[in-house]
Amino acid sequence: MEMDRFEIQRQQGEPPPVATGGQRWLAWRLRLSGRRPSRDLATSSERSLISPLMLRRPLVRALYWGIFSLLLLATVTTFGPLYWMVSGALKSNVEIFQTPPTFWPTHPQWSNYSNAWQILQLPLYMWNSLLLAAGAVVLQLLVSATAAYALSKLRLRGKHAIQFAFFATLMVPSVVYLIPQFVNISDLPLIHVSLINNWAGVWLPEAANAFNILVLKSFFDTIPGELIDAARLDGASSWQVFIRIVLPLSRPALAVITIFTVIASWKDFLWPLLVLSNSNLQPLLVALYHESGLNANLPFSYLMAGLVFASIPPILLFLLFQRQIIRGVNLTGLKG
Amino acid sequence: MLLSSSSPSPLSPPRESAPTLMSGAGLLAARGERAHRRQGPLTRRLWALWRQVQGYLFLLPALLIFALFVWYPVLLGFVMSFQSVDLINPATWVGWTNYRHVLADPLFAIAWRNTLAFTGYALLFGYVVPLVLALAINEMRHGKSYFRLAFYLPVMLPPIVTVFLWRWMYDPDAGLLNALLSLVHLPGRLWLEDPQTALPALVVVATWSAAGSTMLVYLAALQGVPASLYEAAEIDGAGFWRRLWHVTLPCIRPIMLLMLVLQIIATMQVFIEPFTITGGGPQHATLSVLLLIYTYAFQNADFGEASALSVMLFLVLAAFALVYMRMTSRLLQGD
Repeated sequence: MEMDRFEIQRQQGEPPPVATGGQRWLAWRLRLSGRRPSRDLATSSERSLISPLMLRRPLVRALYWGIFSLLLLATVTTFGPLYWMVSGALKSNVEIFQTPPTFWPTHPQWSNYSNAWQILQLPLYMWNSLLLAAGAVVLQLLVSATAAYALSKLRLRGKHAIQFAFFATLMVPSVVYLIPQFVNISDLPLIHVSLINNWAGVWLPEAANAFNILVLKSFFDTIPGELIDAARLDGASSWQVFIRIVLPLSRPALAVITIFTVIASWKDFLWPLLVLSNSNLQPLLVALYHESGLNANLPFSYLMAGLVFASIPPILLFLLFQRQIIRGVNLTGLKG
Repeated sequence: MLLSSSSPSPLSPPRESAPTLMSGAGLLAARGERAHRRQGPLTRRLWALWRQVQGYLFLLPALLIFALFVWYPVLLGFVMSFQSVDLINPATWVGWTNYRHVLADPLFAIAWRNTLAFTGYALLFGYVVPLVLALAINEMRHGKSYFRLAFYLPVMLPPIVTVFLWRWMYDPDAGLLNALLSLVHLPGRLWLEDPQTALPALVVVATWSAAGSTMLVYLAALQGVPASLYEAAEIDGAGFWRRLWHVTLPCIRPIMLLMLVLQIIATMQVFIEPFTITGGGPQHATLSVLLLIYTYAFQNADFGEASALSVMLFLVLAAFALVYMRMTSRLLQGD
């Protein structure tokens, strides 16, 4: 990660040029990029309800290890079903419906995975899911970053009214306008175009994401105004300030939004199900749903194998970007 | 005037050339702009106008998308609830007929009762579990990150995977649950076929897949409790339970309230579990409001009635959302 002016100056021991704005901004960057802000916090989080002194008592120690093993046991409830899915996909078509079920497949059929990969046409549907996610990221970043920049750094008439109109949509869950949205998509006003069976019908409605604007705007707000003024003095236009200063400095916030958009797009089900009835356009999860219902000849273990394949990308993303995701969840939990 | 800070100098050169570094040339250019700005008021007003236009160009994509895909459909929903819409014939105005039909439908009361029961069960299972998990994990000196990962994992699974997996585990013959019960010599159950257990069974699925993210929020809140408070309480002689009651819980109380409201809003929109696992059965025991809306629209092709029911759901959810907004603004002010 490259250094910016303020971090370099801070390292040299100089006070930051803008005390409050700069520090808040730095705190945000640290929070989003997942680094610990300071030693102090790391040590203070060690101190919790149970005091170190209490832990020296044998009874408390015993209790502590008791709770520890209880928690360990409880993780079986999350790993158990996952194991059941992965091992179920290895069972033969007879064994999978056997009563009582076997806990470990007697003759693991590793070919189930490769067969499912072909029969369920997973390459096609994975590719569709991937493209849907990529389009969602591009469109959402474009729409929310430009809007957040205008709301945060430009002086505009009527800005507050527009801001209110954006953020008020946070109060309206999208399912309550699911039906009119469907009618809307099937015949857009004025231009009378139908986006049914068109990826744009999935991309465009999800691009109206006020939460992204909120996160980006509050991040942009912490970028010191002096930095932008300096660039303007040098003759940069608002577009150049946006491209060359605001966006490069906001990489951590943009990364969080990208990760969340990819995961949300991959997991999305109801809306693509309604919009994309053409099976060549469907994302993986919608296709699996249809396969399970229509194709009664589909071996159940193949369906399970398909589900395993569908779970791998989000789990992989989580393992790779754990810190960003955890911080993002904390942001959404508080504000969205 | 686009300078966001309140700098007193009138230096806001509206130049469109590439930015130069803070060099003599740049400063000269800026000075040139100042001379330029001394020209008549008309030029200045034109520049101000150009600035506004430029700013609105940045807002344009979001304004278009929001207008077309949020504000318009929300309004359309209210309009459609007074119309007969089947997507084949042109819509006709029918007044309150849709509302009357929806209210007269025997499924209306069932769907609302089920949805409220779902929300109630979800709070019963789903409110305490993440809190207790977070409290316990926060005390752990070992394996903290493992626990966090293990309990968050189900959140990462796509919902369709979760529901298919659980439908199979609930299977009375080949399912995991009855197999485990028979291991300890307990009789199995028809989990999803019995109207008594079908709804709670779905709540378990929903809780399993959502508890992890609530837990993470609580964990973050618990780490924010200042150590000095614990130390002060300890010096005053407060034991474990009194520290929990008088230090920990009051510190995370705002977050707990927020989570409560968020969870109510989320669980009232329950759809995917009944839609894919039970189809609303048995005997409508798991029919939720959203599932009824879906049925009106995509099985009866009656988008007007579906919109009328959506409007009712909207009003209920908006009431909770208002509570949520008030709470967050109070919380943010408290910072």
